[in-house]
Amino acid sequence: MSFQPVKFYQTGTYTVGNRLLAPDERSVQAGELRSNSINSGHRACQGCGEALGARYAIDAAMAESNGQLISVNATGCLEVFSTPYPESSWQVAWIHSLFGNAPAVATGVAAAMKVKGRSDVRVVAQGGDGGTTDIGFGCLSGMFERNDDVLYICYDNEAYMNTGVQRSSATPPAARTATTMPVGNEPGNVFGQGKNVPEIAMAHGIPYVATATVADLRDLEYKVRKAMKIRGARYIQIFVPCPLGWGTASHDTIRMARLAKESGMFPVFEAEHGEVTGVLKIRKQVPVEEYLQPQKRFAHLFGKHAHPEMIARLQAIADRNIRKYGLLEQGDN
Amino acid sequence: MANKPFAITLKAGSSLSNLTGSWRTFRPVYLDRLPPCNNACPAGENIQGWLFHAESGDYEQAWRVLVENNPLPAAMGRVCYHPCETACNRAQLDEAVGINSVERFLGDEAIKRGWKFDKPAPATGKKVLVVGAGPSGLSAAYHLARMGHQVEIQEAGPLAGGMMRFGIPKYRLPREVLDAEVQRILDLGVTLKFNTKVENIQQSMQAGGFDAAFLAVGAHIGKRTTIPAGDASHIVDAVSVLRSMEGEDKPMLGRRVVVYGGGNTAIDVARTVKRMGAEPIIVYRRTRDKAPAHDFEIEEALQEGVMIKWLSTIKQAGAGEITVEKMALDDKGFPQPTGEFEKLEADSVVLALGQDVDLSLLQGVPGLEVKDGVVQVNPNMMTGFPGIFAGGDMVPSERTVTVAVGHGKKAARHIDAWLRGATYEAPAKHELADFKNLNTWYYSDAPKTVRPMLDIIRRKTSFDEVQGGLDESNALFEARRCLSCGNCFECDNCYGVCPDNAVIKLGPGNRFRFKYDYCKGCGLCAEECPCGAIKMVAEET
Amino acid sequence: MLKQTEGSKAVAEAVALCRPEVICAYPISPQTHIVEALGEMVKAGELQNCEFINVESEFAAMSVAIGSSAAGARSYTATASQGLLFMVEAVYNASGLGLPIVMTVANRAIGAPINIWNDHSDSISQRDSGWMQLFAETNQEAVDLHIQAFKLAEELSMPVMVCMDGFILTHAFERVDIPTQEQVDAFLPPYEPRQVLDPADPISIGAMVGPEAFMEVKYLAHAKQLQALELIPQYAAEFKEKFGRDSGGLVRSYRIEDAETIVVAMGSVLGTIKDVVDDLRAQGHKIGVLGIISFRPFPMEQAREALQHCKRFVVVEKHLAVGLGGVLTTTLRMAVAGLKLTGYTAIAGLGGRPIPKASLQDLFLKAEAESLEAITFVDLDWDVVNKQLEREKQNRHSGPIAENILHAKGMTTSAKFG
Repeated sequence: MSFQPVKFYQTGTYTVGNRLLAPDERSVQAGELRSNSINSGHRACQGCGEALGARYAIDAAMAESNGQLISVNATGCLEVFSTPYPESSWQVAWIHSLFGNAPAVATGVAAAMKVKGRSDVRVVAQGGDGGTTDIGFGCLSGMFERNDDVLYICYDNEAYMNTGVQRSSATPPAARTATTMPVGNEPGNVFGQGKNVPEIAMAHGIPYVATATVADLRDLEYKVRKAMKIRGARYIQIFVPCPLGWGTASHDTIRMARLAKESGMFPVFEAEHGEVTGVLKIRKQVPVEEYLQPQKRFAHLFGKHAHPEMIARLQAIADRNIRKYGLLEQGDN
Repeated sequence: MANKPFAITLKAGSSLSNLTGSWRTFRPVYLDRLPPCNNACPAGENIQGWLFHAESGDYEQAWRVLVENNPLPAAMGRVCYHPCETACNRAQLDEAVGINSVERFLGDEAIKRGWKFDKPAPATGKKVLVVGAGPSGLSAAYHLARMGHQVEIQEAGPLAGGMMRFGIPKYRLPREVLDAEVQRILDLGVTLKFNTKVENIQQSMQAGGFDAAFLAVGAHIGKRTTIPAGDASHIVDAVSVLRSMEGEDKPMLGRRVVVYGGGNTAIDVARTVKRMGAEPIIVYRRTRDKAPAHDFEIEEALQEGVMIKWLSTIKQAGAGEITVEKMALDDKGFPQPTGEFEKLEADSVVLALGQDVDLSLLQGVPGLEVKDGVVQVNPNMMTGFPGIFAGGDMVPSERTVTVAVGHGKKAARHIDAWLRGATYEAPAKHELADFKNLNTWYYSDAPKTVRPMLDIIRRKTSFDEVQGGLDESNALFEARRCLSCGNCFECDNCYGVCPDNAVIKLGPGNRFRFKYDYCKGCGLCAEECPCGAIKMVAEET
Repeated sequence: MLKQTEGSKAVAEAVALCRPEVICAYPISPQTHIVEALGEMVKAGELQNCEFINVESEFAAMSVAIGSSAAGARSYTATASQGLLFMVEAVYNASGLGLPIVMTVANRAIGAPINIWNDHSDSISQRDSGWMQLFAETNQEAVDLHIQAFKLAEELSMPVMVCMDGFILTHAFERVDIPTQEQVDAFLPPYEPRQVLDPADPISIGAMVGPEAFMEVKYLAHAKQLQALELIPQYAAEFKEKFGRDSGGLVRSYRIEDAETIVVAMGSVLGTIKDVVDDLRAQGHKIGVLGIISFRPFPMEQAREALQHCKRFVVVEKHLAVGLGGVLTTTLRMAVAGLKLTGYTAIAGLGGRPIPKASLQDLFLKAEAESLEAITFVDLDWDVVNKQLEREKQNRHSGPIAENILHAKGMTTSAKFG
């Protein structure tokens, strides 16, 4: 079963906290004593989805592991904005090695903990979509295949943001990036075959795979905590909008994540040993336009030289996600 | 860190020395906006405020916050026409929060549990005369007593409640409920003298040594209209009918009773006589949508078998029958005679055409101005004569119980100030919490709880209360439907969604504070605040 | 304990005696036998408290070692050739982070053309990676250097490569004295990390360092290697005391006392060279040998001291710095700057080309006669090379060089190119 919201009337479980909930039902983020794994003073842009997603995830992992956590970080925005000499924002044991090796470094840390009999210490690896779905993909697959005791978290903002917004294999079709400019007959990124890393992770048969967004904190925390209860290789891909790379307002980060999920562009689900076991249903379905239009990276699809046919293709992708994962409540469609 | 590799290895959490607040061009600020319910409440209730406590199940605290403004929640939860619900932002989401039903639940809980008002302030030594024990007088007496003044109510009639007792049928407001709430006010030390009609206000004040007076006489005199009528015709006014329901001798109206008028009083009378076994028929000159009565009351009346003839006026009343003329609406929506007539059987005709106030007690008071049958008061509720205040049906205003209660509170504040030689200044109103200020994603879908209705047979034949109350579980449900518009309800969203940990959680009841040293001004907190209690303001350079 | 064993097996046993806690293995010839043997020991329970991880690439192998080392575990891996190049980014990272990983490099040529046989191109390509590099002359020394390497690495918190010639040493069966566990334990204390990932005392390892401190970080790495110049002889001495063997150190000289000609080399070729030198000495030639054990840090002073009284030196290099010549020669010239010495470079044994005694003897005699070119390519088939160069002069698109050489040598391949 996927995350089951406690039925609330005033605020539901959609808010971060809820004074009406029993303390043990409250979110980690609502806690005054949350670990704030990434401290204030980091240099992420205003409204950074990754900074937020990383704190959500690592705080939850810290809570679940009683603070016995070591975090490995791939090169990328998260690493750069959190640890420029001479200051670090991390309040957990943390190491950054390279862009493409975070899963392997994490394997090494986990092996060290195992050999030292510290089974209480848990290992989380983190990277952006470039570090995960492209350059780190080999190491990731190796870590999965061996079923190493590592939770790998990919913060997916759909491009190489740290280097100036270049396309990654997680960049959606039609999106403008610095290497997929909105020119020509099919402006923006190509309509390729996509690279669904959560599904590739599932194909490894690892014990747990999930997707989440920064717009559904409780679902995200539930998944991180669940993943932390499991031994072996685990993968969570968290959708983290990037105001800079997407050309969205800094205050719209969570809204964009919500629209990605509500439009079906980013399916939110979980899987165990290769089988989907739960989906976070769409609550108020929206057409993809509603998600695309506020983003400058899709601006060329609208306006004077609009590309309705490309929007239709993106809608088709969303529709396929909805069908494939059963994202609508029964009777909604 | 001295032994650790230089530069490569850093101290955990050391980024605190980087004050990212300097990036900011806009800053978030917390604010309270005025919820539309509070804004709409004639009694000035802090509805969002008391619902907040009801949400956590602390009904006594909720009731205490409620009665800060209104001492009659059980009555109000039955008879108020709840403009709060009309204004409620939740109506744009699914349905308005059932504020009125929660209020009634709290009022009933208070009676059931025997909750008493907080002790009054120390005695001031000032004496205030309140004329009339209706909602306005009771409200003023309550507030004045809590402020420490000595209050005496002089009531012309034999019972307290005014129009709540003599104008509202008991199937809408059971008398034991009213009695309980009145008694709780008297328990504060208010003196209530029945059968004491104030004939001359100045004399009464002098006689009792009162420092100030609040006049709150209800509109008990039914308006008449000239209907050509034969000797045998039986024409009475609605107020008299309703009033006589409270006495031993019930009115004799016969089987077919024609009620003339389209207001709530007309409906009340029709439904009352229906319960006495008669067959009421309402005659009203305009259409249903133009009728001043609340639509739900019309609906309930129709359900109970009350007949209504729309677009009709009574031309003549005779023995056992009346003649009505059909009307038609003109371009401007006014009814015009058509010349078509019809006869109806009628053992009696009840006129429900509005009421007047008996202003005779004001005779001889210098400086008083009476216009259109009501006393003129200044914004402080004071009449032209210093120390004499007035409210409720006596002053120009909408005539509802809730308005009357509001007048009582407002007048009490000004009387209190006047007695101290000061002026009461109401605090400035916050900006309104509009629906557009809300982020409604965060509220779950939860349709309004329907209050149980008495089954139709019993409604037609008895004076049992038609509308039931909520039980504890659905009152809680209903309270929790409140969106807390414009007022922080400590949902922790700002604390959670800040990518920079720039929000400090101050603990239950203490809300939050921004750490401006680190806040980059992204605006996520304001955007994701469900209730619109944060706004972004430009930084001054 | 003396035993007749394969070089790889001996090294594996030596590594096991060092009580490694994490071993990452990825197959590449000619180091495979080492990790195979270690894997078996772990699986059989002979090597306890050790995680043996089969990774998916050399890049992962070094990355896993980075993780385990940073988490406080004694970490080891082995590689060669393309494998070393594939992990280069992580190689630099391990030293940059100051992690005392020990890695065996079973020296092998780098392609293309792909070639599995021995030369020193792989290790030498990593001369600036920040790793210390110790070259073993014999399997016994390979065994001993690994034991010293862990101690050195952990003392300085810097990684060490132990370089041993692929096949020539790794696959050679020789008599080797494998120390006892007690001996190794007495020499090598448990790993006490300089920095460690510990939830109880969290630190951030691997910061981004800008222009304001990057040079200082790099200098400090350099300073570590300068410290190693002190420690390496010290550990060799201590090793001798505990194990009774001369093994390791910075350089090792042979019959240089009155030598006018000194041959300099690294690795197993030193054995052949010594044989030739013995022959030449018997004939009355004043010739000696300087073996470089520590290529990084490079023992400038010790090399200068060894060479200062000779007239000329010949460097036998199993590596070609294409477009320059020999890396070791260049370095030695720096070491003897100011001394009136002639230095010769002899590029030999690339891609496993045998280095016969006769060729070396010829080389050394020519050097003695001062008739040697500055750079000599030992046993190069000039006929083949010249033909190809001629062909290319006539026709820019003369086809693949390797293919043409095979044709020239009268060999054929199944796939012919136009």
